[in-house]
Amino acid sequence: MFYRENGQFKTSYKSDQQIFPIPQDRWLILAIVAFAFLGIPFMVDEYLFRAILIPFLILSLAALGVNILVGYCGQITLGAGAFMAVGAYAAYNFLIRVSGMPALGAILLGGFTAAAVGIVFGIPSLRVRGLYLAVATLAAQFFWDWAFLRVKWFTNDASSGSVSVADIDVFGWIVNTPTDKYLFCLVILVIFSLMAKNLVRGSIGRQWMAIRDMDVAATVIGIRPLYAKLTAFAVSSFYLGVAGALWGMINLGSWEPAAFSIDRSFQLLFMVIIGGMGAIAGSFFGAAFIVILPIFLNQILPIIGGLFGLEVSIALVSHVEIMIFGALIVFFLIVEPHGIARLWSTGREKLRLWPFPH
Amino acid sequence: MSFFLETLLGGLMSGMLYSLVALGFVLIYKASGVFNFAQGAMVLFAALSMARFSEWIPEWLGMDNLFMANVLAFTISIVVMFVVAWLIERLVLRHLVNQEGATLLMATLGIAYFLDGVGQTIFGSDIYKIDVGMPKEPVMMLESVFEGGILINKEDFVAAFISALLVVALSIFFQKTSTGRALRAVADDHQAAQSIGIPLNRIWVIVWCVAGITALVAGVIWGSKLGAQFSLSTVALRALPVVILGGLTSVPGAIIGGLIIGVGEKLSEVYLGPYVGGGIEIWFAYMLALVFLLFRPQGLFGEKIIDRV
Repeated sequence: MFYRENGQFKTSYKSDQQIFPIPQDRWLILAIVAFAFLGIPFMVDEYLFRAILIPFLILSLAALGVNILVGYCGQITLGAGAFMAVGAYAAYNFLIRVSGMPALGAILLGGFTAAAVGIVFGIPSLRVRGLYLAVATLAAQFFWDWAFLRVKWFTNDASSGSVSVADIDVFGWIVNTPTDKYLFCLVILVIFSLMAKNLVRGSIGRQWMAIRDMDVAATVIGIRPLYAKLTAFAVSSFYLGVAGALWGMINLGSWEPAAFSIDRSFQLLFMVIIGGMGAIAGSFFGAAFIVILPIFLNQILPIIGGLFGLEVSIALVSHVEIMIFGALIVFFLIVEPHGIARLWSTGREKLRLWPFPH
Repeated sequence: MSFFLETLLGGLMSGMLYSLVALGFVLIYKASGVFNFAQGAMVLFAALSMARFSEWIPEWLGMDNLFMANVLAFTISIVVMFVVAWLIERLVLRHLVNQEGATLLMATLGIAYFLDGVGQTIFGSDIYKIDVGMPKEPVMMLESVFEGGILINKEDFVAAFISALLVVALSIFFQKTSTGRALRAVADDHQAAQSIGIPLNRIWVIVWCVAGITALVAGVIWGSKLGAQFSLSTVALRALPVVILGGLTSVPGAIIGGLIIGVGEKLSEVYLGPYVGGGIEIWFAYMLALVFLLFRPQGLFGEKIIDRV
């Protein structure tokens, strides 16, 4: 009823091509962002920050990176975790080896290092695609898993690759309480999402999508696959690197290579698939779903077991958890292969016509 | 020299085991175009079922003939794998016909998680023993040729023999039987196969059953080596470069790829590993496959990839 476009006339290209051409959308998003900045910090307790909100923000950022590569450029990757690891360890090295390096600088440099590594591991994409490429990206995953465990230089001679950083300092703002960490991640996420949205609707984003839809045809109309594919790898790895640095330095504080194992890569891919490939909003939906689901199942399973008078052990909970997780993924793929983002947009279409759909 | 030969033979043996898992991938990919990430979970599931049934059956029936118990457990496990195959086709694949490769890949990942969870819920999550009477003691060979001879693990030898047998049986099944011909027809062209009256759904069930049996054989062999435990499901990850190297659509490719990867892994670990800190075998296989892909994107024996607009 209130979601109407009647009477909204666009009189300039600028207003027609803005990110949210419908004012209702624009205000809704602005309200959500404002609430995230001004409302949430005063409303939730420390547990919620640590267990849900901070992981959600950082993994959304990582999922954005994966979505750029998988959803927009169509290159399947199973090595996303490796680029997060590269970002995290590179940021760590910049922080401790370069004296006077600001933390924010280290995080961004971590992202750039990951981008460089991403370009190198993106080279096979010029020759192979699809499933072959997916396996090729696993090479990155296993190589970096190994490198951070065995090559002592990367981890400053720490045993088994576990490193830790002190609370970081951003222009004099010491980020140490959960609220601070939340706000810091939120600022970065908002900036990066805006950047991603603008990238994918610009020239480079359209090149990616052309490559995704049919790369031979894209080449025929004059898109350089080398440039398009490698920039997608670079941008995606940059996002993943920054997310990895944040995950290590902000969320964990001290970490080891296992934090960025192959399970993380799968998890990120699930986020993108469940959230919606080729939709920026999908990254957020997917991240929220994957972060909240295990916590939810963890809480609810013992209660359900209790209803039937069953003693539910911790091991059983974890097994049933991955079982339900797997089943839900299959269910989602069958029912809505385009992810939650598609549900969202169909919902909006329905809302536009409601209550008179015909 | 004898040390080199020992390493080489060890590599060939473990390569044979990789190709056993790789076969499962190739079979399913050939027949349905699905890259089955759940193969590792199937291996784990089959191994767990084999281990637990061979433990439960003597308890239930009150007999203590190890051989009979193993035979019964093996039969039951085959039935279990058939049921799994049928359920996968019925509940998942049937609904995902004509979806993109990526979606199908994700679906099999979901199946993998599900099977891991179910397997460990039903059968438990400890390390279980599979005792099918594999000989454990090592033997010396070629003592007359070299000084000291070469030490070979008899178990590996038997395993390699069984794998070879399975491969021969599968080749005969694919080449000589009418079902095998139908499978190859479906692999060539779904629509054409359907139009001459080959039932797609039944073919898929058959393929997944065959893949289930290879998973069971792989599970029994790996399981009697390492014990039936969760880490078995990662065996699939080590077999992936094998398929890539050999070509996703070729049965001989899976075998030869397996041998190359097996030998490459062992030799690199022994001769290269000490210089860079060891433990390189897992990524070395992937790098080998990756470098190879750059020169021959379809793998050693894969069908040439032709792009059409």
